[in-house]
Amino acid sequence: MARTLLDKVWEAHTVRTLPSGQTQLLIGLHLIHEVTTPQAFQMLKDAKLKVRMPERTFATLDHIIPTTDQTRPYKDPLAEEMAVHMIRNAKDYGVPLFDMATGKQGIVHVIGPELGLSQPGMTIACGDSHTSTHGAVGAIAFGIGTTQVRDVLATQCLAMAKPKLRQVRVDGALARGVYAKDVILWIINQLGVKGGVGFAYEYAGSVIERMTMEERLTVCNMSIEGGARCGYVNPDQTTIDYVRGRQYAPQGAAFDRAATWWKSVATEPGAEFDDVKRLDGAAIEPVVTWGINPGMSVGVSQRIPKPESAAEADRSTFREALAHMGFEAEQPIKGAKIDVAFVGSCTNGRLSDLRAAAEVAKKGKVAKHVRALIVPGSQQVEKAAEAEGLHEIFRAAGFEWRKAGCSMCLGMNPDVLVGREMSASSSNRNFIGRQGSPTGRTLLMSPAMVAAAAISGAVADVREILK
Amino acid sequence: MSPTDYARKQIAGRGIPVPGNDIDTDRIIPARFLKEVTFETMGEHAFEDARKQNPEHPFNSPAYKGASVLVVGQNFGCGSSREHAPQALMRWGIRAIVGGSFGEIFFGNCVMLGIPCLTVSQADLEWLQREIGKTPQTPVSVDVEKQEVRFGDRVIKAAVPDGPRKQLVAGTWDSTAVLLDAGDAIEATAKKLPYVAGF
Repeated sequence: MARTLLDKVWEAHTVRTLPSGQTQLLIGLHLIHEVTTPQAFQMLKDAKLKVRMPERTFATLDHIIPTTDQTRPYKDPLAEEMAVHMIRNAKDYGVPLFDMATGKQGIVHVIGPELGLSQPGMTIACGDSHTSTHGAVGAIAFGIGTTQVRDVLATQCLAMAKPKLRQVRVDGALARGVYAKDVILWIINQLGVKGGVGFAYEYAGSVIERMTMEERLTVCNMSIEGGARCGYVNPDQTTIDYVRGRQYAPQGAAFDRAATWWKSVATEPGAEFDDVKRLDGAAIEPVVTWGINPGMSVGVSQRIPKPESAAEADRSTFREALAHMGFEAEQPIKGAKIDVAFVGSCTNGRLSDLRAAAEVAKKGKVAKHVRALIVPGSQQVEKAAEAEGLHEIFRAAGFEWRKAGCSMCLGMNPDVLVGREMSASSSNRNFIGRQGSPTGRTLLMSPAMVAAAAISGAVADVREILK
Repeated sequence: MSPTDYARKQIAGRGIPVPGNDIDTDRIIPARFLKEVTFETMGEHAFEDARKQNPEHPFNSPAYKGASVLVVGQNFGCGSSREHAPQALMRWGIRAIVGGSFGEIFFGNCVMLGIPCLTVSQADLEWLQREIGKTPQTPVSVDVEKQEVRFGDRVIKAAVPDGPRKQLVAGTWDSTAVLLDAGDAIEATAKKLPYVAGF
């Protein structure tokens, strides 16, 4: 019988079936950061256990670091304490740490693929829900909690039930001004924020196949926002070309043998899925969220829907969303005034994202009332962008050019919204309070759309600016 | 501790309803309170922003003080993987959660802490939230093994997936020991992987 990538990777990493019926699954790559690991290392210490495979574990600093002045100690003593713990734990347990001095520091989900650590056919875990990102290279990648981080540190394994598999097919051709971010926001809009519960998503179809690796990373990143435990794209020539030559990728003849194996783990023709959903790529326009979860979105030319259009059980959340955002039902999303523009995060902090934003930034100047930040996802992205002069384009247009980190995605560092500020953001979550202010408001969109909003001072249609 | 100390067959306590769907982990505990290297203070910040914005929030109400069974809507705990969310609820006093559905990572994190999450129908969760609101002192009894929730005279059918249910009932939800039992089979599995073997 034809098998899927999920079947093959799951089987290859199965240590045994547990009495609970779950699988004891070996984790091939464990990525760790400062926020969700100090407690896990403490548990390890208390149980007098070592890190089982320190050579398969890699650490970075991303969530809490400032993106302006990065000299230590950090001004925020709590952030400093978390950094100190990460640095000390990495040293004590023999785990490589990509700190600032390495020139390879960055958001964990940006540096994993960038360094060639994340490879096809692997199982990958990290104490962060956006670990689904790494599925773009053809891996099965899970976000986990801190106690599970302890398990992976101590045993290199997780106890997990195999998810069902849904193929999400996007065919057709995307219009100019429509990006990978719009594709995944639209998938979530169509399938719902809990539509993926119990499932892994296999992204397929001509739109996905034509995507670059960076675009696929954006799509897989937000699998979790659709409720899916993980999401992946089958490895193909794009994948192999992407991994080739990266620091941790196999070299020389070993690379060719690796590439053969990588291709062999892809889903076979005729494989069956628990469910298949199809979307027409040509029908997707730039998407903007208007509410308080990533499924509450509309095309930029559309109006905010009425609560009555939602299922009965969802209407109270719908009304809460309108009240929080200060929007009226049936109001056009285009023209909604913004105060802050943020390009960055593990969703859209890669070089191609910055290029897309820069293309728009060339067309104007940041509106006077808007505070606009461009935050590269890693030190390597920062360097590459500067080599192309993107930072000059941004600065000339009135954007701030920052250092690498999670920044304004989640309000754990100095980059936060103030009061009820409205933010046009290339990040992944518009939950109430997500960007650091309990009353702050977030509109999710692509990096190009964020740049368009920045120079327009309000939600704008990037297709009109790029004309 | 012996496995019996860990067994989570039945949990009974007063209920606390938190209505609404898609309550995410940033609501349960905003990210700015994650800047801690222990979980100790998390209980103080459970639903902090929601409580400040809404004085009527159930976590503010003296009627629900000391409650241990949380009753929620659909997709509770969606969003981030932060274990700080179930840690905050646990340290506030929550021992079991009954709801329509749960975010998957949140659900898994709860199992790892020995907090059963049971799903019930939309009609039943609405009924339970309403009835708890009327008589908050009536205990809610959660039976993980039988997959039932009892309130007053009524027995509500509930569900916990097989794997987690077995773990909770047997007291084997503390998974490190279970995983360590595999011994050398872990390294043996690793060695068979081409990328570990070096291609």
